[in-house]
Amino acid sequence: MSSVELHVHNPVEDLLRQDRIPTIWCPGCGIGTTVNSFAHALLGLGIDLKKTSIVSGIGCSGRVSGYMNLDSFHTTHGRAIPFATGLKLANPELNVIVYSGDGDLTSIGGNHLIHAARRNIDLMVVCVNNMIYAMTGGQAAATTPGTSMSTTTPYGAFEPELNMPQLVDAAGACFVARWTAFHVKQLERTMAKALNKKGFRFIEVLSPCPTYYQRKNNLGDALAAMVDYKKRSKIKNGCNTWETALLPGGDIIVGEFVDREREDYLTLMRRQLGSNYTEFPPQAEEEAERCCSEC
Amino acid sequence: MPKGSVAITAERCKGCGFCVEFCPTHVLELASAFNAKGYHPPHMINAEKCSGCNLCGMYCPDFAIFGYRFPDGKQSEKGGDA
Repeated sequence: MSSVELHVHNPVEDLLRQDRIPTIWCPGCGIGTTVNSFAHALLGLGIDLKKTSIVSGIGCSGRVSGYMNLDSFHTTHGRAIPFATGLKLANPELNVIVYSGDGDLTSIGGNHLIHAARRNIDLMVVCVNNMIYAMTGGQAAATTPGTSMSTTTPYGAFEPELNMPQLVDAAGACFVARWTAFHVKQLERTMAKALNKKGFRFIEVLSPCPTYYQRKNNLGDALAAMVDYKKRSKIKNGCNTWETALLPGGDIIVGEFVDREREDYLTLMRRQLGSNYTEFPPQAEEEAERCCSEC
Repeated sequence: MPKGSVAITAERCKGCGFCVEFCPTHVLELASAFNAKGYHPPHMINAEKCSGCNLCGMYCPDFAIFGYRFPDGKQSEKGGDA
């Protein structure tokens, strides 16, 4: 540490609920790293944090909503996107971000993901992919790569895994990207770009899971996984999403794959309904917090 | 003359070693000392090489470390990130 006493402050801490730190995440879990990128993207853009809300489902990544000092929802398993859709429709001014895991978003809530992308609802979805259901005990998820060991596949999985960017691209998402927990700066830039866009935006982030995925498959600790991401990842912006499947031992294709313009759900709804639709009247601003009734 | 430094909250550290591995100028090393939870937090071994780029802070999953630039260091404007 420096011998000179300086008043220094970590900017990310402004966005965290200090009373809930330290986090419950395992040593080396990559979710905290993605939160850093997300917080830097939010701070860098300087968007109104009072009009930003974050919605999470159940799981390790679902804890993000609890740790971030924003208006947040911690919802039922797999139902983060339906809650977020309702939130967006009820108050279109909000900037709604869904931050959840692969088991939550693609396995249990898979149908919601597809239909949110099809409707092109104005949401930003960040899916932290650790390849397994981690918090519930290491069961195989839809994203668990073929032949991987997990609690529910003691002889190795034999179901082919889901390729998330291909799925949401086919369903009609506006913006699709994939990074790993190793690519912190690129992830920050992509998140900032996605926050400025309208429509359904999907960012997949690969993250190490040292306690379940790495340990069950003899892949070393979290640091080994990060070094592996560094070695195996190939940046291919604009790559066709059907070429981005994650094969065990193969290249990890990362980058911003899809960036297209499409009319979002609210625009289409307003046009179709015309004068039959009236906006919910704007609500009065919440009164500033007072220290006593006399203030 | 270092361009920056890091601030470490040792009690939050879980000893994953991301900051040590990915520091561009290899400033950090895991200490032999323990924190209250029994992990080895990082400490600076090459403090004069630190550029204050905050890459350690970006990688840290537990918000236990961050880098900052010295306000008076004019060198940091020329040099940029290592």
